[in-house]
Amino acid sequence: MSVEELVKAANIYPEMHDKDTARLVINKDKVIDTNVVTGLTVNTVEIKDGVDINIVLKENVTIEKPVHLCFGVTHREAIQKIIMNINIGQNSIVSIFAHCIFPNAVDVKHVMDGKIKVGRGAKYSYFERHIHSEEGGITVIPKARIILEDYAKFKTEFELIKGRVGSIDIDYETTCGNHSVMEMITRISGRGDDIVNVKEAGILVGEKAKGVLTSRIALRQNARAQVYNKLVAMGDYARGHVDCQEIIQGNAVASAIPIVEVRNPKAHITHEASIGSVDSKQLQTLMARRLSETEAVELIVAGLLK
Amino acid sequence: MGILEVKNLSLSINGSKILNGLSVSFQEGHIHAVVGPNGAGKTTLGYTIMGLEGYRDFTGDIIYKGKSIKNLSVYERARKNITLAWQEPARFEGLTVEDFIKSSAKNKSRETVTDVLEKVGMSPGEYINRAVDKGLSGGERKRIEFASILVMEPELVILDEPDSGIDVASLNNMFKAIKFLKSNGTTVILITHSLAVLKQAEDAFLLCHGDIIQSGSIDKVSVYFKGKCIPCDHKNLPE
Ligand SMILES: Nc1ncnc2c1ncn2[C@@H]1O[C@H](COP(=O)(O)OP(=O)(O)OP(=O)(O)O)[C@@H](O)[C@H]1O
Ligand SMILES: [Mg+2]
Repeated sequence: MSVEELVKAANIYPEMHDKDTARLVINKDKVIDTNVVTGLTVNTVEIKDGVDINIVLKENVTIEKPVHLCFGVTHREAIQKIIMNINIGQNSIVSIFAHCIFPNAVDVKHVMDGKIKVGRGAKYSYFERHIHSEEGGITVIPKARIILEDYAKFKTEFELIKGRVGSIDIDYETTCGNHSVMEMITRISGRGDDIVNVKEAGILVGEKAKGVLTSRIALRQNARAQVYNKLVAMGDYARGHVDCQEIIQGNAVASAIPIVEVRNPKAHITHEASIGSVDSKQLQTLMARRLSETEAVELIVAGLLK
Repeated sequence: MGILEVKNLSLSINGSKILNGLSVSFQEGHIHAVVGPNGAGKTTLGYTIMGLEGYRDFTGDIIYKGKSIKNLSVYERARKNITLAWQEPARFEGLTVEDFIKSSAKNKSRETVTDVLEKVGMSPGEYINRAVDKGLSGGERKRIEFASILVMEPELVILDEPDSGIDVASLNNMFKAIKFLKSNGTTVILITHSLAVLKQAEDAFLLCHGDIIQSGSIDKVSVYFKGKCIPCDHKNLPE
């Protein structure tokens, strides 16, 4: 598969190829395309089975167009290790669109190890979309440790709704400074014998730090999911919310383990979780509009994952 | 014979009798109102006609166009062009107003959606891409629900308290849209507590303690609204 096909599979906007759009395209362990813009430095080192990436954004820089990262494996069998260090300078603003594409995978392992620092007052958003083969022979192990300095804003969204999951084991932890804002969102659709493990944690260390963990999981057939959401509030007036929804059909099994821990009487955390079949009122509303049960469930699940 | 005949309908939930041998006949193309105190069984009657989950186990019969629909599922009844708008509509995370309305529409064009939003007095530009979730107010959600009913072009519709949470200006849109349904030959059943809604109907039924205790002209039935229900032993008589 060519870069073009890879990019097409990811439904990446044509702007990705603009001169003023920063990008980095990797196939397995080879960097196949890069472009940088003023203020942004991207250094890559090809290592055994992967690439070590260092992204630095200077202070007080706003990158207008989203940076595109494309991590693909076009092979049927392979290991891909991405080591990623991201450092966002004070008061800078950037968003990244990452696409992880494994269209032919029969036995592919993708490991991501990220260390991210978002400087004081900086805004960083990261959207990661996975597109997998229909085989399910994929193991994805994304791990990230994120540090938000005071007044930093960070949002990360993980989406895996095209193709089979295979097996995924997400492990993200964000430590939040004073007045920082953190939002971590996960949307995954599993079927067959897919296995989904999501472990997300937010440590609200700073005063007035805010954090929200959102998980949306839909499972069919024999898929299994375990969502482990943890929020710890330590700072004065820290606020947090955990929101987990899992819809299951067939023989799927879902569990949610929310851990909310408050170590400061001035802090506050809430959590809500709903696990089970499709909401009966939603289902019956659509069925009263002539949708069959299958059509109604599909529409509800599509909404949940959007 | 009416388009919809409810015959000797009795339904119990958790051992308590909610509908009590109720019989009522709705006429094709008419606007009927069903009134009655809180807890009388109005919503339950609507759910039972629609065949919602938990409201299928009853004695008596429901005849639509001469045939029993008793054993049909919600979806099968909907395919017979029967539908219902909830007293409190469901919310759908991630589903846009456009997706939601289109899912019920016979004609799934964008024009259908914009047209129907205008009919319920909502600016398409402002609402079409909004999600049908917690971000919509109760009244907005009711109007979207009503829009989804209009595009469905039903033959019989049960509107459960269509005015609840609706402001005065939007209420007039709603009334116009009810007239529009009638002009298309739709039979409308309005469940209501409001005199303004009752006045939209051509006749009314008074439901009390799971049974119809009076029916006829709006004037006759609206005696209920004058402060006193027709004497009966209902435990929740309005003051
Ligand atoms: N699923 C249920 N489980 C238990 N009780 C129920 C259920 N549904 C209805 N009821 C009871 O049946 C009675 C009739 O309820 P229903 O909602 O039909 O009344 P209503 O006439 O629509 O009242 P309102 O004017 O308040 O909307 C009430 O006493 C209610 O508590
Ligand atoms: Mg009611």
